[in-house]
Amino acid sequence: MSILTTVVAGLFYLATATLLVGLTRKVVQYARTPAPLKIPTTPAPVTRTGVVLRMVREVVLFESLFKSSKWTWLFGWLFHFGLFVVLLRHLRYFTEPVWGWVALVQSAGIYAGYAMVIGLAGLWARRVLVDRVRYISAPSDHLMLALLVGIGGSGLLMKYVWHTDVVALKAFVLGLLRLDLSPLPADPLLVIHLLLVACLMFIFPVSKLLHAPGVFFSPTRNQVDNPRERRHVTGEA
Amino acid sequence: MAVKAEFDIPVITNVPRTPALREGAMAHSRPFVAKPDHQEPLGFPGELVEDWHDRAIAKMGELLGSYRSLQVFMDACVKCGACTDKCHYYLGTADPKNMPVARQDLMRKVYRRYFTWAGKYFPWLVGAADLTEEVLEEWYAYYHQCSECRRCSVYCPYGIDTAEITMAGREILDSVGMGQKYSNEIIGKVFRIGNNLGLPEPALADTLEGLEEEVKEETDVDVRFPLDEQGADVLLVTPSADFFAEPHVDGLIGYAKIFHQAGIRWTLSSHASEAANFGLFIGSQGNMQRVALRIREAAMELGVKRIIVGECGHAWRVAYSYWNTLIGPFDFLDPDYPAPQHICEATYDLIRQGALRFNKENNDDKVVTFHDSCNVSRGSRMGSMPGGQFIIPREVIKACCNHFVDMRQETIHEGTFCCGGGGGLLTDDLLELRVKGALPRVQSLGEVIEEYGVTHMAAMCAICKSQFTKVLPYYGMGMDMVVSVHHLVGDALELGTDG
Ligand code: HEM
Ligand code: HEM
Ligand code: SF4
Ligand code: SF4
Repeated sequence: MSILTTVVAGLFYLATATLLVGLTRKVVQYARTPAPLKIPTTPAPVTRTGVVLRMVREVVLFESLFKSSKWTWLFGWLFHFGLFVVLLRHLRYFTEPVWGWVALVQSAGIYAGYAMVIGLAGLWARRVLVDRVRYISAPSDHLMLALLVGIGGSGLLMKYVWHTDVVALKAFVLGLLRLDLSPLPADPLLVIHLLLVACLMFIFPVSKLLHAPGVFFSPTRNQVDNPRERRHVTGEA
Repeated sequence: MAVKAEFDIPVITNVPRTPALREGAMAHSRPFVAKPDHQEPLGFPGELVEDWHDRAIAKMGELLGSYRSLQVFMDACVKCGACTDKCHYYLGTADPKNMPVARQDLMRKVYRRYFTWAGKYFPWLVGAADLTEEVLEEWYAYYHQCSECRRCSVYCPYGIDTAEITMAGREILDSVGMGQKYSNEIIGKVFRIGNNLGLPEPALADTLEGLEEEVKEETDVDVRFPLDEQGADVLLVTPSADFFAEPHVDGLIGYAKIFHQAGIRWTLSSHASEAANFGLFIGSQGNMQRVALRIREAAMELGVKRIIVGECGHAWRVAYSYWNTLIGPFDFLDPDYPAPQHICEATYDLIRQGALRFNKENNDDKVVTFHDSCNVSRGSRMGSMPGGQFIIPREVIKACCNHFVDMRQETIHEGTFCCGGGGGLLTDDLLELRVKGALPRVQSLGEVIEEYGVTHMAAMCAICKSQFTKVLPYYGMGMDMVVSVHHLVGDALELGTDG
């Protein structure tokens, strides 16, 4: 086995472990921390079902963001929706035989990569051009966008310009899953793509990417507005 | 003519705009620090403690472990900027640290430095910073430039509520001996005397007697203002401002007339002569509970069946959202009524039952608009359906006024702008902030004055009413524009005839 294959494989095992352990610890922390008082931002749903629907609207449509800033909403939604479809498309590397619906997504999601990168570009432009957003940005906020643009850009280049050996890559990925390594094609673009992805996995649990699990735990969005009807007690405050 | 001031009064433009950043524009704004006398009764150190740094970090750790909101909010913000133009203090002052996310970042940078891996090892990368004396001072300045109005939380994709962070910030400041005089002194007065004004029982009794005479003179009807009346059905808890001055006291007269006309036996309590609860503002659950407990005690002692809360925004949030948790359960009250109930809910029910008759022409000299108070709008509800807090007060007003118009859509309901004086900032040492923070509300008020000839703005919060009477004149508007919702009700209500 080449050094490259071993190093990239090792890195991915480490990244996966970091991501899983880190995220689990965060989710457990959120779940265990008490919410002693009722603080839904009202008007809020008065039933559990209503809260689930509110959450679905937040996660799928970015409802609150839509209220606040149409441009951020547009670019943010393009980016996330694109990302989502791209990830679904990627499942073809991880499944053998490829699941039927994953095969269906392939052609349907052909432009998702563009959507993702265009969205990112829009968000980045806003971060640089709008004085208020520039003021609140730390270097890490720019780097995060650079990282994602790097992943998306290298992916698009592989897809449309310098193709890689996807059959060999799939063998490598399945090898990773089955703990039985096969060689990784030594394509610079692919290696860059994968290194950046590993990097994303490492920083996920220690960065603002925690907004993804966080949104589900936000008391202002996930609490039912029923304090008079039902006494809210969570033990110690 | 507008009142003169020592600072620049913001200019009202034809189209509301988001100002360009002016760094440090409000860095000088800082309320008086609490003296030991104000701190100690609340269980806080009298002055800045020697080891403030370690204690502050320890307190922060404790709060992160006790409030899921704080923990999640510290982590989740993606700096998307959606909230940056939503705060009335930013819109009115242009100081970037008054953008909600920047206000949060004052704490988040310390959180990252001491509680996260990235901030420990790469502080420059993620904007983490040590807790220095300057940072502590900055906290003091800018956590007292937030009225905890929750407008930002409506627009944040994760519902990050800067109010929660401001409260945590103030709680930490209190715990190292750097409290705010205004709020802490008032809480001390409630503990000592029973209300924010420091009005003792004999003075209160006197005031109420005076009101009985006044109403008798005006209407020739014996409307009572009972105090500590054993066996009454309803305990009314209202902000003590209602006992004191216009425009508040006219609201109290309105409640009394309603009860009189509906034949409801009610009483005030000298032990619980205050609905306001500044424990909320300083983020101290312990003090909030202690203030609220007086109401439970009074209700049990007087043997009432219902508790009704008068016109006060944050008091209603505390009553509606927290009382059941902090001082409940209310199993000793009549289950046929919500516990607690808002005075507008009570009035609205009576209107629907046909128990009240109004002579709307009495208010024909007014074109009325309505200011949604932030805590009622975004931190509570009325009635049984979401948004009842917007519908019910408007229905009550429309039942007694012929001329009612609403202000611009984005500035009412859940998008309402704070009056600029909420959250423990209603003090003269913060006057500049209050005047500037009122800009967005004044702007939309100006629009309806221009377009519909609005003459009065009704409000149902003691803080809003006090704040507007103080700051409207700076914008060339009359302080007497401000009326209590129940002032309108009281003026239109037909007394005496069978209802
Ligand atoms: C439950 C799933 C998720 C939800 C509901 C969600 C929602 C959001 C929202 C509403 C924003 C703010 C608007 C914007 O800038 O787009 C945002 C920003 C962001 N999200 Fe997500 N997200 C999720 C998952 C993810 C994942 C898995 C990633 C990363 C791979 C990610 C990366 C980002 C980044 C980098 C930003 C900041 C963009 C900027 O710099 O402006 N999100 N997310
Ligand atoms: C182990 C994980 C991954 C592997 C093995 C992988 C591999 C690949 C390969 C081989 C391509 C080229 C596709 C083609 O030639 O048709 C590609 C494209 C792409 N990748 Fe990845 N990738 C991974 C993770 C990711 C992640 C996490 C993201 C997003 C954050 C991403 C974003 C993209 C994009 C946007 C494209 C181009 C558009 C598309 O094919 O849909 N990849 N990836
Ligand atoms: S809670 Fe209100 S005052 Fe505080 S930052 Fe948010 S919008 Fe501004
Ligand atoms: S809207 Fe929410 S996530 Fe976006 S910058 Fe403001 S606080 Fe952060």
